[in-house]
Amino acid sequence: MADDTELKGKGLLKRFFETISNLSLFSIRFFKEVLLPPYEFAEIKKHMYELGVKTLPIVSVTGFIIGLVLAMQSQPVLKRFGAESFLPAMVSLSVVRELGPVLTALIFAGRVSSGIGAELGSMRVTEQIDAMEVSAIHPYRFLVVTRILACTLILPILTLYVNFLAVIGGFIAMTLTESINLQFYLNSVADSLKFVDILPALGKTFIFGFIVGSVGAYKGYNAENGTVGVGQASTSSVVLASLLILLVDMVLVKVTVLLWPT
Amino acid sequence: MAYIIEALNVCKAFGSNVILDDVSCQVGAGENLVLFGKSGTGKSVLLKCIIGLLTPDSGEILFEGKSLLNLSLKELNEQRKMIGFLFQSAALYDSMSVRENLEFPLIRNFKFSAADREKKVKDVLEKVSLENAIDIMPSELSGGMKKRIGLARTIISEPKLILYDEPTTGLDPITTKEISHLINNLQRDLKISSLIVTHDLMCANIVADKAIVLNEGKIIFEGKLEELTKKEDKFLKDFFSPEEIQHNSGSSNG
Repeated sequence: MADDTELKGKGLLKRFFETISNLSLFSIRFFKEVLLPPYEFAEIKKHMYELGVKTLPIVSVTGFIIGLVLAMQSQPVLKRFGAESFLPAMVSLSVVRELGPVLTALIFAGRVSSGIGAELGSMRVTEQIDAMEVSAIHPYRFLVVTRILACTLILPILTLYVNFLAVIGGFIAMTLTESINLQFYLNSVADSLKFVDILPALGKTFIFGFIVGSVGAYKGYNAENGTVGVGQASTSSVVLASLLILLVDMVLVKVTVLLWPT
Repeated sequence: MAYIIEALNVCKAFGSNVILDDVSCQVGAGENLVLFGKSGTGKSVLLKCIIGLLTPDSGEILFEGKSLLNLSLKELNEQRKMIGFLFQSAALYDSMSVRENLEFPLIRNFKFSAADREKKVKDVLEKVSLENAIDIMPSELSGGMKKRIGLARTIISEPKLILYDEPTTGLDPITTKEISHLINNLQRDLKISSLIVTHDLMCANIVADKAIVLNEGKIIFEGKLEELTKKEDKFLKDFFSPEEIQHNSGSSNG
C-alpha cells in the first residue's frame, strides 16, 4: 500500500516536471516567433479587449475589497500601538508590493487562462488548428503569440488599476471610523512608496501575464481526447498557472530583496 | 500521364499499431482518385501524411515530382499553398464569419487588394451557391452548408490539388449529390485534381475516374470503379456488392 502511494507520487512528480519542461519549450518558441511577420496587431488588440477589459468588473470588486478589508483589519491593531497614522503606508505598501500583483494575477489566471485553454483546445479537437496549418498559416503565430502578448501587456495595466482601487478602499475604511482628508491620505501613500516598491512589483506582473497566456495556450494547443480534453485543458490551465504564479512570486520576492535591500 | 501527387511506399505506425504498410498511390493531373476503405484503415492518415500534418516513418511523398518530406516549414508552406484540404468536419473557424473564413488565407498568403479579395470571396460563394451566407457565422450553417463553405475556403487559394476527407459523410442523399457534382465541376472548370477519401458509393460513382481500396494498411485494389464488382476478394465483395454499386449508380444518374 505504501509502495503503491510512493509510486503514484513519483509518477505525479515525473508528469509535473515533464509538463514544466514541455511548457518551457513551448514558451521559449514565443520569443522567436514574436519577432517574425506577419504582425497580427488587430488580433492582439482584440485579445487585449477580450481578455483584459472584460476582466475589469471582477478585478474592480476584488481590488476595492482588498484595500477596504486590509484597512479595517489593520486599524485596531495599529491603534493599539499608537501607530494609526501608518495605516495609509501599510495599506499602500502591502497592496503595491504584493497583494495587488499576486491577487490580480490569480484572478486573471482563473478567468483568462481557462478561457484560452478551452478556446484553443476546442479549436484543436475540431481540427481548426490543423486547417490553419494546411492553409500555410502559422497557427502558433496567429493563435498563441497574439494571446501571450495580450496577456503580458494587459496584466500590468490591470494591476495598476487594482492597486489604485485598493488604496481608495483603504481610504473608505478609514473614513468609516474617523474623519480623514483624502489629500492627506494620498500624500501619506505617495510619501511611503518608493521606486523599489513600485517598479519590481510592476515588473513581475509582466512575467505573471506571460505565465497566464503561455500556460493557457500550451494546454489548449496540445489538447486531445475530444471534449473531455477541452475540459481538462481548461481546468488544468488554471491550476498550473496559479501554482506557477505563486512559485515564481516567491523567487522574485527573494531576488527583489537581494537586489534592493530595504 | 503526369502525376500531380505520388505517395510511394509510405509506412506509418503509431507505436506497435501499423496503420500504413508500404502504401503507394498516384493522382494524375486533372484526375479524381477515390480512396475507399473501412473506418480506421488509415485513409485519413494517408491524407495527413501527404499534406504534412503527419510525417511518414518511411516512403516518399512527391508533389509535381518534388519531395514534400524533409522541407523546411517555409518551403512546405509554399507547396501547401497549391494543395487544398477539405476536412470531414469542414473545420471552419467558428470565431469568424463566412467572409472572414474565406479572406483568412487570402490576407496572409497573397497580396490582394480589398476589392480583389471581395470579388474572390463572392466568386467562390457563387461557385458553391451560397452567396447569401457571406456574413453568417459558422454556427448558423447546416452540415451541408458548412461543407460547401469549407470547399469555398479551399478553392479560394486556387489549388492544383484538393484532398477531400470524407466530403459527404453525414449528409443526406441530395446534398451528397450536390457536393459530388461540385467536386466534378471544380475538376472540369478549374482543372483541379482530387484525392477523395470516402466510403460513400454514391459520391464515388459521381466523381471517381479511378479508385483504390485500402485494407489493413495495404492497397488491395487499384483501377476503375466498375472493375471492383468483378473481383473475387471477399473483402471487396462484402464492401462493394454489385447491387449496391448498381443502386448507387442508378440514383446518382437519376
